[in-house]
Amino acid sequence: MNIVVCVKYVPDATANRQFEADNTVDRVGVDGLLSELDEYAVEQALQLKEKAEDPSAVTVTALCVGPEQATDAVRKALQMGADAGVLVTDEAVAGSDAPATSLVLAKAVEKLAAENGQAEIVMCGMASTDAGMSVVPAMLAERLGLPQVTFASRVETQGDQVRIKRDTDTATEIVGGRMPLLLSVTDQTGEARYPSFKGIMAAKKKPMTTWSLGDLGVDAGSVGASVAWTVVEQTTARPPREAGEIVTDEDGSGAVALAGFLADKKFI
Amino acid sequence: MSEVLVVVDHVDGAIRKPTLELLTLARRLGTASAVFIGPADAAAAAAEKLAAHGAEKVYTVDDAALRGYLVVPKVEVLQQLVEKTSPAAVLLVSGAEGKEIAARLSIRTGSGLITDAVDVAADGTTTQSVFAGSYTVQAKVTTGTPIITVKPNAAPVEDVAGAGTVEPFAATVSEAARSAMVVASQPRKASGRPELTEAAIVVSGGRGTGGDFAPVEGLADALGAAVGASRAAVDSGWMPHSFQVGQTGKTVSPQLYVANGISGAIQHRAGMQTSKTIVAVNKDPEAPIFELVDFGVVGDLHTVLPALTEQVTQRKG
Repeated sequence: MNIVVCVKYVPDATANRQFEADNTVDRVGVDGLLSELDEYAVEQALQLKEKAEDPSAVTVTALCVGPEQATDAVRKALQMGADAGVLVTDEAVAGSDAPATSLVLAKAVEKLAAENGQAEIVMCGMASTDAGMSVVPAMLAERLGLPQVTFASRVETQGDQVRIKRDTDTATEIVGGRMPLLLSVTDQTGEARYPSFKGIMAAKKKPMTTWSLGDLGVDAGSVGASVAWTVVEQTTARPPREAGEIVTDEDGSGAVALAGFLADKKFI
Repeated sequence: MSEVLVVVDHVDGAIRKPTLELLTLARRLGTASAVFIGPADAAAAAAEKLAAHGAEKVYTVDDAALRGYLVVPKVEVLQQLVEKTSPAAVLLVSGAEGKEIAARLSIRTGSGLITDAVDVAADGTTTQSVFAGSYTVQAKVTTGTPIITVKPNAAPVEDVAGAGTVEPFAATVSEAARSAMVVASQPRKASGRPELTEAAIVVSGGRGTGGDFAPVEGLADALGAAVGASRAAVDSGWMPHSFQVGQTGKTVSPQLYVANGISGAIQHRAGMQTSKTIVAVNKDPEAPIFELVDFGVVGDLHTVLPALTEQVTQRKG
């Protein structure tokens, strides 16, 4: 069985994230890493491998589209236990919107299928931690002609059947599908493992492939900021909130003061 | 004026409030046409409600043959409606389903997609709040039919009579669309409190509750508020995930947010930083949440909240 896990290299969410003058995300001035939410996807892929009757017959490939430094994200997935890594990197990709990103991912998944056999599961995190749109998984499924079972908080497989638990706004659902399919998982699926020392050493020997757009047969003119289907016209840093009043509670004074504040603001 | 398609979000025909907000935005962009994909016997009542909020047209699609399948059948219906009506835009609610429908529709129709808009201007320019609320972004769709998913509370619900002309639409849905399906569904129990994403006031609890949410719930009820929780509280199993506010939970933007025993990690801020007024109660004077607040109390929530609840009840009484 082949599992392809799509991972994104994102600016560290705890750093001071900002935009460049051309309104693209600053990916150089801020340290990047494997998106935390994609770690859960890697984890679930590894668990499916470990639970398989013959784990050695399951290949987990981490796939990333990003700048050259994004190799860090792929390496982290390899250190966690993925078997192989692919980075699609090409200057023309910079500034791509979600539809273009999903196009490049789809072509890479197809190339992997041509070389190693079809992926039974294409795995994604629920969202990136930078743009956070949550739409690339559905777009990728659309491009690959696959069914999607998405936002899983729990994953179970039996043969070629996949069942997930999913919490919507109004209900908890059990959703079922048949492989091949696209699966996206949330942080509710369980802690992602830390790479062990052994994993870190083993990762150095694992195959890591770099592809350009040309390798995928993608026309450089069909991706990138200039052909994006949307345009960002303006980015504005939100003014910092004005410092508020902080009081220390002593024998009930805190509640009285807070109630007074809420009354002044007409909340009570 | 061109039609603007509003995809109706409903539970068994009961229309959810964010859809009515979409109608307000749709009327800025053109004439509002609602798309109701649902049970045939609920269509008339739904159309009446949509008309009362400005829908000029209501396309009804009987979902008897589509129900229980994930997303794709609705995408095919909408694709056909987009071809038929050449709308000025398609508006959807920014939930998991709305975004996924939008994503596939974007690829199928070769149209640009903007998600999580907090405002949409008459010329189609959208406003989004990004990087945990630290930036505001203005953007526009430049290719195809603008597809925009909008967050709850982006616009007021307006009582404006529209013609509400019902037009049944017979869509053809492919066999391939009927793949992934909902095997079982357990509707969430009604809490009697306002819905988290729609509430004017949200009272949240975190690690500092130690698992006891009674003081948080007590204050919420006194204020008529929704209850929220931090990821720490959810991960500890104290509250279900549906209560989680933050990056991987709900994003809320209420008039008042009350954070109790919540340190204020970036992941939590991402879900509440755009709240109008923020107050916090926390034992730790160094907690980062205090950098955000309009008013903060350094103290034990287990004593401060019950006392505050009493004050609120008295003043309201």
